[in-house]
Amino acid sequence: MLTDFLTADHRVCDGLFAKAENAANDGDRDAARAAYAEFEAAMAQHLSIEESVLFPEFEARSGMAGGPTAVMRMEHEQIRAMMAQMRQALESGELDDFLGFGETLNILIQQHNMKEEQMLYPMCDRALADRAEALLERMQAH
Amino acid sequence: MNAGLSLEQAPPLSVPLRFFLSAPLFGLAAAGLLLWLGPDVLASRWSVGALALSHLLVLGVLAMVMCGALLQMLPVLAGVRVTRPRLVGGLCHGLLVLGTLSLAAGFLGVGQDGFRVAVVLLGLGLGGFLAVMGFGLARAPHLQDSVRGMRWALLGLALTVGLGLSLGLGHSGLGLPLLRWPLTDLHLAWGLLGWIATLVAVVAWQLVPMFQMTPPYPPRLRRWLAAGMFALLGWHSLAVLRGWPLAQLPALLLAAALAIFALITLRLLAQRRRKVGDTSLYFWRLGMAGLLLAAAIGAASRLAPPAVAASLALAATLLFLLGFALSVVNGMLYKIVPFLVWLHLQQRLATRIEVRHRIVLPNMKSILPEPRSRQQFYLHLAALAVLLAAVLLPALLRPAAVMWLADFALLGLNLLSATRRYGTECRRIDHFP
Ligand SMILES: [Fe+2]
Repeated sequence: MLTDFLTADHRVCDGLFAKAENAANDGDRDAARAAYAEFEAAMAQHLSIEESVLFPEFEARSGMAGGPTAVMRMEHEQIRAMMAQMRQALESGELDDFLGFGETLNILIQQHNMKEEQMLYPMCDRALADRAEALLERMQAH
Repeated sequence: MNAGLSLEQAPPLSVPLRFFLSAPLFGLAAAGLLLWLGPDVLASRWSVGALALSHLLVLGVLAMVMCGALLQMLPVLAGVRVTRPRLVGGLCHGLLVLGTLSLAAGFLGVGQDGFRVAVVLLGLGLGGFLAVMGFGLARAPHLQDSVRGMRWALLGLALTVGLGLSLGLGHSGLGLPLLRWPLTDLHLAWGLLGWIATLVAVVAWQLVPMFQMTPPYPPRLRRWLAAGMFALLGWHSLAVLRGWPLAQLPALLLAAALAIFALITLRLLAQRRRKVGDTSLYFWRLGMAGLLLAAAIGAASRLAPPAVAASLALAATLLFLLGFALSVVNGMLYKIVPFLVWLHLQQRLATRIEVRHRIVLPNMKSILPEPRSRQQFYLHLAALAVLLAAVLLPALLRPAAVMWLADFALLGLNLLSATRRYGTECRRIDHFP
């Protein structure tokens, strides 16, 4: 249940990323800027949902504060740093750099998403089964 | 419940990199051997020269990269935990390198000693690799399609290694009868289809939708392809060993299954949401086209009159190994090596807290520039075309061998330059004021 909701959110972010990348690949700076802003907002929202709603609940329930969620938080920092570099490249008009950082970011995000979708989210679904609905509401309202 | 540990990041960079950097060297050895032996080598798939060549390529290049990549990726892909990666990787790599060289030496005339050494080293190296991976997969936390598929691929490798070891023991003159035929036939079938094709399919349905943002593979294909291929390979084996009826049918059905997989992959790649093309994508497309052609020509060779069947079978094998498997391996290397270099630089930077916000790391495309990998792609394509032409025109074989030398040299140089960039960036991070 949590898995489905958050996995669908990953795919939405993927779509926005592809839109920004495709625009930059066509050399369309304005479209790339607009699409990238959308992507940034969606990613920020997604990472924040996990860090301030899902992870704390899972950590409290499983007693594993230094476990999988710590690794995920660290990868979120890597993702944020890479997104900031992409923004900088975009603002200084370096579309090639933007695409180069974009390729790196995509692999980073995809392998991160896979760990979440195949391991962490199912663990959360099991550990938090009794309050999945309340959690889902909090995530949607976040 | 300690599955959380498997979320940790990659093993040390040196573990996969030693496999990846060895592969082009074995490719150079194989191409050099082709140049030296000349057109005679294509006279029969079973000539000793052809056997030495094919094992340098399959063990030294394909299995080398696949083992390195699996040690790297299985923790992420399937939650498999490899304990002591440095030791496991180092031993497996060393045994595979020395074992492959002894085996090639055995075929090339060193004789029984070469085979004896090869049987021990490859048995330990690949057997150990299988044991570690199999143990990890048996305890993998979640039973997804990819874990299930990966188990089939490892079983395929285990059968191939088992058959290979029994053939090697026969060559060693240790009193075991050399059942050259039909065991060679089964060794080849299980190695190409049960191990290589199954592994590529499992990796493809996991990675192609992720990295290229395509729709997912059809669930029924993911569920049944590997199991179906194993059933057909079992049927084929019994047909060969026991003279079961309809001996050609399982081979034709296997060709059809691989053609379907290749067509589906090509269609998914045409539907991808990312429009940015890169060399890795070119290699994947070439690989799938190579698989499609290999399946069609391989099926034709089963039905053709004996006069042309041998040439068709040779062309199908070359297309499978070099057009399909080696192309996909190339495509993987061009994604995985620059990413790993970046990832390990990132981790090193993270330890220098006071300067980490002032250093900008190079991105993947500046670690391994696209024009350089693109060059190698075109060389690879040309070398493949000339080698296939040499099946009909043996005079072209030596020119083809020279092109393969250049192809592997360029691949090696590209990977080496990425590795050296890692070294210079590490020093820049360490000495940053
Ligand atoms: Fe996340």
